[in-house]
Amino acid sequence: MAQTAAEDLKLIVFQLKDKEYAIPVNQVRSIEKVEHITRVPRTAGFVKGVINLRGVVTPIISLRSRFNLEEAEYSDHSRVIIAVLDDMEVGLIVDSANDVIDVAIESIEPPPEVIGSEEADFIKGVTKIEKRLFILINLEKVLNPDELAIQDGQGIAG
Amino acid sequence: MEMNQYLEVFIEESKEHLQACNEQLLELEKNPEDIKIVNEIFRSAHTLKGMSATMGYEDLANLTHQMENVLDAIRNQKIKVNAEILDVVFLAVDDLEAMVQSIAEGGDGKRDVTEAVEKLMLIEKGESPAQSEARAETAAALAEPHPAIKSTYDDFELTVIQQSKEQGFESYEISIALRADCSLKAARVYMVFEVLEKCGEVIKATPSVEQLEEEQFDQEFSVTIVSKETADDIRQKLLKVSEVEKIEVLPLSLGDYSYQESVKEEEEAAQPVAEETPKTASNMPKEEKKSSAAKQVSNKTIRVNIERLDILMNLFEELVIDRGRLEQISRELNNQELHETVEHMSRISGDLQNIILNMRMVPIETVFNRFPRMVRQLARDLNKKINLEIVGAETELDRTVIDEIGDPLVHLIRNALDHGVETPEVRNANGKSDEGNVILKAYHSGNHVFIEIEDDGAGINKEKVIKKALKNGIITEQTASALTDKQAYELIFASGFSTADKISDVSGRGVGLDVVKNTIESLGGSVSIDSKAGQGSIFSIQLPLTLSIISVMLIEIEKEKYAIPLSSIIETAIIRKEDILRAHNQKVIDFRGKVVPLLSLKEIFNVPSENQVDEFISVVIVRKGEKMAGLVVDSFIGQQEVVLKSLGNYLTNVFAISGATILGDGQVALIVDCNALIK
Repeated sequence: MAQTAAEDLKLIVFQLKDKEYAIPVNQVRSIEKVEHITRVPRTAGFVKGVINLRGVVTPIISLRSRFNLEEAEYSDHSRVIIAVLDDMEVGLIVDSANDVIDVAIESIEPPPEVIGSEEADFIKGVTKIEKRLFILINLEKVLNPDELAIQDGQGIAG
Repeated sequence: MEMNQYLEVFIEESKEHLQACNEQLLELEKNPEDIKIVNEIFRSAHTLKGMSATMGYEDLANLTHQMENVLDAIRNQKIKVNAEILDVVFLAVDDLEAMVQSIAEGGDGKRDVTEAVEKLMLIEKGESPAQSEARAETAAALAEPHPAIKSTYDDFELTVIQQSKEQGFESYEISIALRADCSLKAARVYMVFEVLEKCGEVIKATPSVEQLEEEQFDQEFSVTIVSKETADDIRQKLLKVSEVEKIEVLPLSLGDYSYQESVKEEEEAAQPVAEETPKTASNMPKEEKKSSAAKQVSNKTIRVNIERLDILMNLFEELVIDRGRLEQISRELNNQELHETVEHMSRISGDLQNIILNMRMVPIETVFNRFPRMVRQLARDLNKKINLEIVGAETELDRTVIDEIGDPLVHLIRNALDHGVETPEVRNANGKSDEGNVILKAYHSGNHVFIEIEDDGAGINKEKVIKKALKNGIITEQTASALTDKQAYELIFASGFSTADKISDVSGRGVGLDVVKNTIESLGGSVSIDSKAGQGSIFSIQLPLTLSIISVMLIEIEKEKYAIPLSSIIETAIIRKEDILRAHNQKVIDFRGKVVPLLSLKEIFNVPSENQVDEFISVVIVRKGEKMAGLVVDSFIGQQEVVLKSLGNYLTNVFAISGATILGDGQVALIVDCNALIK
């Protein structure tokens, strides 16, 4: 019993453009609606700014822009997933987030090579349930602070 | 265990005693003949020994004991104080400090102290036969410590003794010595206790009852009881227990009169009963009594966990945000009654803010304390004579600042000693006294705290600094010729700079001063240098009183709001477009006779704009040290107290942004770091 429970992974499902992505529930603190974002100047392009999250100033990044997808206007469905990694709390803007699924760990496969381009770096694996394909994102890569610095430098130079 | 509740007190007091030891040792070094100082140290060491033995920290007790022996020899003029001896004693104190620190951090306080112990013993031995006699004596004292009153009593026990006295009971401290060949000590102890419990009530045993039952004692132990029987009766009854060699029954009298008298009385009372005269009826118990009395007087304070203060501060910060919001609503609604109420609330929360900030204030003494020792050691290492003077140690600073300021100060003091003060020979040659003076001064001024480190050494050699800076590529020939003295001195804060001819252990790795500057600036402070060749230098540090709540000027650029700390603002101005001049490619204005460069925050922060240019331009004149700049903004919103928040661990090192704050409407405003804008 305990073993099967341990091998199950709870994932939060969110949408970007036309794909469905997933992030382990233990990396998520909360899901918020998009409210006023204060732009922080001279940061990487995907950093949208900071919000007031119940008294804590929390940085927000756009996953669309992080994955090199075209930006979209925020809609009523847009959400901010507050993700936690080590001692960092960062909000990820997604098109919508409305599902939680359980998957068995062994059903997660490594990312297929063909999935392509930059996005592939941020993918930990994929899993299929019925006809739906979920892309598991690699939060460590998405929030890699080194990349933040490089992008930052480019921003200033350009 | 039971000990836990005392542990904190033990650690605090140990630290105090060690600090006292340190201070007095430094005093002693100046006046080696002053026996009074030795007595002070001895007393501190003795108390420490007692406390650590009680708490079961044997290494600590052993080392203190050894140190005590040396001090005792000094006190009895068997050893002459010299620097070597003091070095060893300092070493011992260092070890003690390390052990107390380890205990404070939850360790067991164990440490290899053999080196220090051996050295102390050598000092003790390295003297005349009289010395070894003294040693024998102290050894004897170790075997049966304090024949008089052995136990010290806590408040509770004292109260019991006193109350039973009021009810007609007598209190006795009974020392029981078992025969050396006694085989079942625990059994004898049990029998003794049985006898005593029939006579009265046992209120204390040294060592503790548990230890006695486990035979963790030599031959002697002492028990304090309250009883209605006479001392002699008790003594007779106890002697009936076999294998008991010696019984001493000392009546305890702890009246309202001072302990000193009581000790005397006990001694007298003890005379007929005790076989030995108490030879070391030390002044310690009475000292303890005195200090506990003193404590009672000053006991109007309570200890509060710093975490709770932090929580209080956080809650208050939330309140400040809501206050801002309320003020805004009241302005919008324009209702007289609401106005008044909000204003009143603002005033009260302002007072509250002062009190909370004050609670977090710590005297800078806690940082300064360690410097005399450090200076002494450094001076010896460098073969320099240095007199350190500390002024204003009582100046208070926010705890967060205190935590950070220690290391930069260490650097600056090391710097002053190593590079500032010359060797005695050079000083003599220059007609100065061979002892160099270093003054460490702290004081409040306005909303800031100033800390100055002044030395009367060689001062900064401008030529040398410039040459070095040129060599290390910090400046170019061109700029070098235009540097003022002050600007040249500032160069030593550049990274990768070191002017010491030789790289020494003390400083001169060239990593120090730029770190100092960075740390101080990250605290919202600044550091400046003043120096006169041949006469010395002054490093002065300016720090804000607190870090968490600051006054800012809110400004608007297009739709974005930014906060500029009031501490960097000189004034605001509205200028005509025609008044903007151009120097090279830089827009400048003539501000009160000075040419001030204009920086457009809109451009710096890439604010999306419609690019309409008004006839009038709003400018905030900010400064960094002597330098000024005018920041062009769209409009001023007003002045406000805000809570400084960080951008989190993800966004670090954002250019020209030092943090963020939450405004009354719940939005985040970024705080502009003017230091980064002015080069």
